Amino acid sequence: MRRFKNLLVSALVLMLTVALCGCGGDKAGDGETITVGIPQDIEDSLDPHLAMAAGTREVLFNIFEGLVKPNSNGDLVPAVASEYTVDDEGKTYTFTLRDGITFHNGEPVTVEDIIASIERCADTGSGDPLVAAFSNIESVTKSDDKHVVITLVTPDTDFISNMTTAILPASNIDNTANEPIGTGPYMYVSRSPQENIILKRYDGYWGEKAYIENVTFKIISNPDTIVMNLEGGAVDMFPRVTTAQAEQLSDNFKIEEGTMNLVQALYLNNAAEPFNDVKVRQALCYAISPKEIMDYAFDGRGTEIGSSMFPSFGKYYMPELNDTYNTDVEKAKALLAEAGYPDGFEFTIKVPSNYTQHVDTAQVLKEEFKAIGVTANIELIEWSSWLSDVYTGRDYEATVIGVDASTLSPRALLGRFVSDAGNNFVNFNSKEYDEAYNAAINSTDDATQTEYYKKCEEILAKEAANVYIQDPAELVAINKKFTGYEFYPLYAQDISKIKPVK
Amino acid sequence: MNVVIKKIVSSILTILVVACLVFFAFSLIPGDPAVAKLGTQATPEKLQALRESMGLNKPVAVRFMEWIGGVLKGDFGTSYSYNVPVTGLIAGKLPVTVILTLYSFILMIVMSVFIAILAARYENSHVDKVIQIINQVIMSVPPFFGGIILTLIFGLGLHLFAPGGYVSYDINMGRFMGYMFWPALAIALPKSAMAFSLLYGGLITEKKKDYARTAYSRGNSTKDVFYKHLLKNACIPVVTFFGMALADMIAGSIVIEQVFGIPGLGRILLTSIQNRDYPVVEAIIVCIAILVIVSNLLVDVLYRIIDPRTAVAEGDK
Amino acid sequence: MKRAFKDFNFTLGLILTAIVLIPAIIGIFWTPYSTETMDNAMKMAGASLSHPFGCDNFGRDILSRVMAGTGTTLIIGLGTVFIGTLIGTIIGAFTGYYGGLVDDIFMRFNDVMFSFPSLLLALVFVAIMGSGRIQLLIALGIAFIPSYVRIVRAEYVRARNLDYVKSASLAGASDLRIMFVHILPNIVKVLINSILIGFNNAVLAEAGLSFLGIGVQPPVASLGRMLSDAQTYLFNAPGMALAPGLTLIVMVLGISLLGKSKVITDR
Repeated sequence: MRRFKNLLVSALVLMLTVALCGCGGDKAGDGETITVGIPQDIEDSLDPHLAMAAGTREVLFNIFEGLVKPNSNGDLVPAVASEYTVDDEGKTYTFTLRDGITFHNGEPVTVEDIIASIERCADTGSGDPLVAAFSNIESVTKSDDKHVVITLVTPDTDFISNMTTAILPASNIDNTANEPIGTGPYMYVSRSPQENIILKRYDGYWGEKAYIENVTFKIISNPDTIVMNLEGGAVDMFPRVTTAQAEQLSDNFKIEEGTMNLVQALYLNNAAEPFNDVKVRQALCYAISPKEIMDYAFDGRGTEIGSSMFPSFGKYYMPELNDTYNTDVEKAKALLAEAGYPDGFEFTIKVPSNYTQHVDTAQVLKEEFKAIGVTANIELIEWSSWLSDVYTGRDYEATVIGVDASTLSPRALLGRFVSDAGNNFVNFNSKEYDEAYNAAINSTDDATQTEYYKKCEEILAKEAANVYIQDPAELVAINKKFTGYEFYPLYAQDISKIKPVK
Repeated sequence: MNVVIKKIVSSILTILVVACLVFFAFSLIPGDPAVAKLGTQATPEKLQALRESMGLNKPVAVRFMEWIGGVLKGDFGTSYSYNVPVTGLIAGKLPVTVILTLYSFILMIVMSVFIAILAARYENSHVDKVIQIINQVIMSVPPFFGGIILTLIFGLGLHLFAPGGYVSYDINMGRFMGYMFWPALAIALPKSAMAFSLLYGGLITEKKKDYARTAYSRGNSTKDVFYKHLLKNACIPVVTFFGMALADMIAGSIVIEQVFGIPGLGRILLTSIQNRDYPVVEAIIVCIAILVIVSNLLVDVLYRIIDPRTAVAEGDK
Repeated sequence: MKRAFKDFNFTLGLILTAIVLIPAIIGIFWTPYSTETMDNAMKMAGASLSHPFGCDNFGRDILSRVMAGTGTTLIIGLGTVFIGTLIGTIIGAFTGYYGGLVDDIFMRFNDVMFSFPSLLLALVFVAIMGSGRIQLLIALGIAFIPSYVRIVRAEYVRARNLDYVKSASLAGASDLRIMFVHILPNIVKVLINSILIGFNNAVLAEAGLSFLGIGVQPPVASLGRMLSDAQTYLFNAPGMALAPGLTLIVMVLGISLLGKSKVITDR
């Protein structure tokens, strides 16, 4: 047993030594390496055509490019194509392949790769095409080694916004999920599930090369450890920190403020009692104050919205709609009485539990509705239940969520409120709206089209399709060792623009 | 030896039973993996196609036969989320959890033995009383709260480690072990406190027995008496506790992994439950069941080595 | 001296438990402020005379929430122990008293469940049933059954050969009567101790599960939920974590001291 004691002592000494030697933090940020924290792993697919989640898209943005790609102003700029032309009608699109562009494996991009990529996304073999708008493609043809012509069934001047679809090498196309190869400024190196995704600068990139050589996307699934990770030096940057987290960060970090590009609202099931009555929906709109919600849950940050459109969409955004309903408890009560609910009613708000911001918002809403005699019960559900029950199953009364845009077209936000749209999860049903929307997508003149889109927004506001709240502020915490962060109007974390401070 | 073989056989049967239960439990859960994967892009056609490719359209019985057939060969199927074989996915994470558990186990034994002997040697002294009080308090702290406090004091306050600065074992073993010390400590502390109480009680009882007095009278030092004679006997009843503690530590590591940002089995388990990635969930639970059962088996064998009387008693039956 | 020390355990345990329990019981009927009403002016306010523990990130009074939260945690702890003890005692009594093949099968199954960490069992049950206060209570309750079965069964196996049982049987008492009228009161002592330990384990498990984001839903307060909410604000409002954390520790400490005291162990 003496030996046993010696064993214990040596074990203790060894452990303490190891613990104290191995302590030095990850000294990232030497200019060659950046570690970016992300809240969730890529759980759908590394294949950009199959990836669904916004969180996946923002990482893949660095690896893949389409014929065109969005820039930080929200404009589409040529990428794999060096230029493109559209005929006046908006029926034929001709793309010119960029000279000397190569995939990450060193192979040159060919017209065949472009055709294979677009045809893959237009394939209707398993029901819908991967990119819904591609059902409008009549043909994709090679006119010569440098040019591709896409012909549409019905003219569509807005079609170009779908051409951000990634171009993949035809030889590897079905293996992309395991071995992603694209044309972007960074190439994929490796991943470890729930741990990290590692990228490396692609030195053969056609455009302005990235400044930082190595990028690690580190998954931090417990939001409460974000501050510790940043302060401890394990992570250099974290997009979307909360105001509370931002306040706790030291001077080593800079907080960049942008917008999340979300339509955050209390979405109401327009087909369910009592929300099938416009007066009830309007009453709820009068009962709440976006300002108050922002004060409580977002430290006063955020941009008020009054319809399904946010400021990054520039000319389509209508700030005047914010005043459609200004907080007025008496009016709300009167409307409820008219609708036959003088004593209020009770309903349930289902909120995905993983989104603290929406959970917090629901808690404030609950308090606000108390003032007009309406009782809101909050039910937290898992994200996957939210998707199956609320989003797909439409079995809910109300939910708080932020809806994002997958492309830079207003259709991405407004299309879902057409009565028979597959993703119309609020069951909004208005003939007037359907007509305005159809008029918008069928007009070839930009001014007319914008008018119709605006009319759609007005209808959504007037009919109180949902209780619109805000476009939440996006706070990006970044170590002062780096600079150059840019916000995009879409989900994207463009690491290639970030440079070390010398 | 016969008894040991019998135990091994029944352990294997138990694991199989657990595997079956787990599979059927998760076949009953509401929630569709295909919906979880497609997210906001789901349409009825896409869902149908995806269910087809995941094999979810087959009857439960057929899926079960395929699954259990694979499990017997060590193949747990393919993860819905990552499109890779589950076995490989888990194999990469298992060492993290196993090392963390063993690490905390060793820490627990080291801490509890040292402190129990210290307190028992100076029974009723001020040292003893202070230790007793601290011990009682530590026992009442939930491990994750302990982990947060450790992070605050040693990580952010004293900078002894970088919170969140986990380094994978295949990149740098030294730094991996250095980082893992703290979560292991967080897991080990409350368990050490319980082990301490048991050991302390044992030592106090043993101390008063005749053989201890004889040992003293032979001129052995107090230290020697404790380490050479008392400890072994005091340990016997505690071994069962150690076995249960080992199993608890595996579960505890799941929570602590969240506090310290360690990508082990726990992290994968929680996200897979959220994503309805059942092949992964089932595999991890079966995996933990194996760990638990194997550790029980080891404790059983250990028990026989320390206290041969048990083996004789059971052999007689 | 020794006796006094044991009594000391009981006295201190009683005081600590009372410090937590009395406000919690009051909290069921009355709290100084509403637990859900928000006040923007008081966001993250520090301790003051009107708010002894300060306010949380919504300007809600932390003292009121801790009072109500302790209540929630108590209900979950008691519910868990109730389910565990009730079902565990019934299964344990029958299998232990009758023995035989059924007992063998049950025990094999029970041993498997028992060797599985209860936190993990509860996690699996919550994954199956969904999260929520009631689900959490049931999940934890089921997860705690095996340990009670084990304890109760062992007592019944021991008791069935004792003289008083045999004589009751000879006197013509029915099996059920023997099991629950004759034997049960004799094992209460053992049960009370494991109920106290079980209660503590349930409280700690609730905290652990709520920490993982499974369990009680906001705006309902529970100690575990409050602790996990408070983590984000550890730096600028440590009071948010300390109040529920200390309450939890004091409650568990008080009850485990009671469990150790001579009054409980030597009945």
